[in-house]
Amino acid sequence: MHPVLKTVLGRLGLGLATLFIVSIIIFSAIEMLPGDFGQAILGQAATEETVAAFRRELGLDEPPYIRYLQWVGGAIQGDLGTSFSGRNASGTDRSREVIDLIAPRLWNTLFLASVTAIIAVPVSLFLGITSALYRNSVYDRTINTTTLTTISFPEFFVAYILILLLASLYPIFPSLANVDASTPLNERLYRSALPAFTLTLVIVAHMMRMTRAAIINLLASPYIQMARLSGASQTEVILKHALPNAWAPIATVIAFNLAYLVVGVVVVEVVFVYPGVGQLMVDAVTSRDIPVVQGCALIFAVTYILLNLIADIIGIITNPRLLHPK
Amino acid sequence: MTQEKNIYSAAGEVGSILEKRTFWTRAKIELSKSPWTARFGLLIIFIYAVLAIFAPIFAPYGEAEVFPEPYAPWSSEHIFGTDQIGRDIFSRMIYGARNTVGIAVATTFLAFLIGGALGLAAAINRSYIDQLLSRAVDVLMAIPSLIFALVLLSIFGSTVINLIIIIAVLDSTRVFRLTRAVAVNVVVMDYVEAAQLRGEGIGWIMRKEILPNIMPPLIAEFGLRFCFVFLTIAALSFLGVGIQPPTADWGSMVRDNASLIMFAQYDLKAGLTPLLPAAAIALLTVAINFVVDWFLHKTSGIRDEQ
Repeated sequence: MHPVLKTVLGRLGLGLATLFIVSIIIFSAIEMLPGDFGQAILGQAATEETVAAFRRELGLDEPPYIRYLQWVGGAIQGDLGTSFSGRNASGTDRSREVIDLIAPRLWNTLFLASVTAIIAVPVSLFLGITSALYRNSVYDRTINTTTLTTISFPEFFVAYILILLLASLYPIFPSLANVDASTPLNERLYRSALPAFTLTLVIVAHMMRMTRAAIINLLASPYIQMARLSGASQTEVILKHALPNAWAPIATVIAFNLAYLVVGVVVVEVVFVYPGVGQLMVDAVTSRDIPVVQGCALIFAVTYILLNLIADIIGIITNPRLLHPK
Repeated sequence: MTQEKNIYSAAGEVGSILEKRTFWTRAKIELSKSPWTARFGLLIIFIYAVLAIFAPIFAPYGEAEVFPEPYAPWSSEHIFGTDQIGRDIFSRMIYGARNTVGIAVATTFLAFLIGGALGLAAAINRSYIDQLLSRAVDVLMAIPSLIFALVLLSIFGSTVINLIIIIAVLDSTRVFRLTRAVAVNVVVMDYVEAAQLRGEGIGWIMRKEILPNIMPPLIAEFGLRFCFVFLTIAALSFLGVGIQPPTADWGSMVRDNASLIMFAQYDLKAGLTPLLPAAAIALLTVAINFVVDWFLHKTSGIRDEQ
């Protein structure tokens, strides 16, 4: 078997195994709840029958492995169970399907993340590569100090500074990013400008620093020096010698930061009251609505693992040493 | 002997040079060579520590003392005004240094205790324990820690103890990886083998043989981990699932007063109020990053400018 294929398959297997274990961990969230949680959710007035019916509906009278298989099977088909909220002691059930809560918000979150990524990736790659090439110049030092400072800021600090400047003192953008399915694209872009801008600032700092470190690391390797000594021009060194080896670290940097974006989005969504999955998850954690928490966590975890998996695979298939085996 | 005082003596000069420098002299010499960023960072950390330890002395009012006027403007009575139920913001900021920073320090220590001990054990043992721990850490690190923390907090509830344990366990994974990675290189040294052969226990080998040799990267990591833990706890408190009221905490203070920001056009000071606790968080993390940068530069030769 070709070594590239072999390594890719190995990495895929590892990714699947991780997904499996992660799904078990998220599933067991409901196992770890105290025994009387049915009472807590349905209220003190709930009769024993209602509580028993509720437990039966959750399938708590079946062994865990069967419930796990049902849960995973449902999750793959887009059924994440029903929310805990909207239930009451009398047994009437006004709860909603978790998937109905998540689906419209997932689209919003993906929209915000993609807008951010479209701005942040080219900007940070450009800044990272140029500051690596002109390192120790004033340009490099300025960018370095600025990004080190930005990294140290909590996301909500950046967000509120932007609100103060661009929504309060100079009201250019709205401070609340309330979009819904009927909002037209340009209006949607306008309203989500501040959240996207906040995320961009946070992520560019990380991505730029990592790109810079990766490129400097690469340019310091002996074969680059060899190429320089043999008289190759700067462009030739970068395009012909450095770039083939640079794809892997750059892909890793991008995927790592997009994965970071998945997490960063939670805080930013809450600041701007943006109707996304992150805000839904925080609300569910506050009200201890476990099925919703599980659904959101599963989506975040799967995205995160997939992004890392893609980065690794890009790293493998662009690796010149694996592509041209001896 | 007394009249020899003014006479030059080579032995005397050599002797005086050989005099061992105390910790403070060495610290003074290092500091005089440090860049301004590191000095600035150390100063900030020192101020925060003093404020946190002596919070009741510096704070003009109590942590949860309620005054009749909510959202009072900045005045000589209330330096930064009062919050939504009339608590003095300046006092709460000072107590926040104690609570937020204190909890973050406790969490980081716990994370290093767990991660460091397990990492050392895995590096020394290298058997199935190492395999098991490393794979478990791989899986834990495959989930973003904020998301994981949210899931765990929704199960166990948001108390300070739960918060400390959950963040410490999630963060110990990174400590484990670093400790194991640096310790593996030290474990194979001859003096460790010698200690093993003369029958020292695993505790002795960990503490006396390996730990002193892997200290610098661990100390730098402590600073960076602290920043990460501090920002995570602040984020969780900001989201309303971390440190719970009435405990004064910077993350939740930002959230509580956030609505004031829209009044910045009419009263800039009021608009700045919610930014103060956030700025306090940012200033401390910047300070620590500066110090860690300098420390890494000094100890490990991780210099990207060559």
